[in-house]
Amino acid sequence: MYGDKALELIMELKRAAEGSLPAYNEDGVRQVLEEMSVLYDQNQADVLQEPSMTGGESLISAVQFRHTCLERNQRCLLAYLHNRMEMIKTMRWEFGSVLPPDIKNNMSEQESQWFNRYSKSLASYMRSLGEEGLDLTQDRKPPKNLFIQVRCLMDYGEFETEDGTLVVLKKNSQHFLLRSQCDLC
Amino acid sequence: MSTPDESYEEQDEDSEEEEVEMTAAEALAKLEEAWLNEKFAPDLLESKSDLVDCMLEQINQMEENLRKCKKGDMRILIHRMEIDRIRFIISSYLRRRLEKIEMFHQEILHRDSLRKEDDPLLLSEEELRFAKDYADGVQSHFKSLVLTHLPQNFQKLDREKTAPKPDVDSYVFLKANRDQDQVLIEPELDDDPSAEVVDLVKDSQYIMRFRPLAPLVADGTVSLI
Repeated sequence: MYGDKALELIMELKRAAEGSLPAYNEDGVRQVLEEMSVLYDQNQADVLQEPSMTGGESLISAVQFRHTCLERNQRCLLAYLHNRMEMIKTMRWEFGSVLPPDIKNNMSEQESQWFNRYSKSLASYMRSLGEEGLDLTQDRKPPKNLFIQVRCLMDYGEFETEDGTLVVLKKNSQHFLLRSQCDLC
Repeated sequence: MSTPDESYEEQDEDSEEEEVEMTAAEALAKLEEAWLNEKFAPDLLESKSDLVDCMLEQINQMEENLRKCKKGDMRILIHRMEIDRIRFIISSYLRRRLEKIEMFHQEILHRDSLRKEDDPLLLSEEELRFAKDYADGVQSHFKSLVLTHLPQNFQKLDREKTAPKPDVDSYVFLKANRDQDQVLIEPELDDDPSAEVVDLVKDSQYIMRFRPLAPLVADGTVSLI
């Protein structure tokens, strides 16, 4: 049925687990585009064949039906792209300007380009805030405590906190540090 | 250690361009209100970038002052907590705006292009630059992947039909900051004598459609909650 493949694309995104990005379905997109060009050609042929009103009733409804299918397919394709962009945007906020490779592999080349562009304009916007810039990807949740418990994942060595105290950060050691300073590491 | 008072210029409501001196606490209260309004409003509100800049400066100054303080002073912790809170409000406010700008970029840019010289700014300069760049990016992305491959008369998108628009008819919770009589809640029925009007009483809370309230939110008569 016309439109099924386009719907399939949308469903694929809907089914994807939260926080993941399904691979860009180039094949699916191409099939929808092909379906559209077939529909379009048929429409063109019918319109050329029946320029006058004579006996065109049946053709008119067919043309209209195909046109609606075309519109629906166009809409689905754009929705597919748009929702993928939304997903990629979420990734930018979560992971920063460098994405983990498994997500990167699931993006089409154009999407990578778009991501880089988005990442850049977001970064330059954040830099323009205030005098020194403000990183909006930080402070995502309301601050509850000034200090948090942290566990070191690797040997870091000496770490000087803002007030001048030295803390030795060793692997698997736990510390009670200022939240604002842990964001840096 | 006290937070230094910072004068903050703001246009008076009578548009007399009077400069209002504002203390840091008042500026913060204003920012909090702007933040909550922005958070709950379905549509993008006026830009309050001067307020944001002012508070960012405040934070820097507070941090500067903290550095001068003696170590182990109890007040340092309290002030640092306060700084964190303010920074969260600012970030959250700007994030919410960006979210709306991205979602409704076509509509917002269109509205911005219709804006007259002395109308209040909808976007700050930086936001405008970001919005334009974003719109460009999305357009060229659509074009390169789909639109150029479509039959000819499907290559153009109609902004009116396809661009997402804020749902200004959604309902919002609000609190009146002062008495306001005769608020027309169905502005589309302006000439209709039977149109419903409501008198807002100070400090009362209401649930109403956002559309008729938009001007009242802008001038501070009501706050969204």
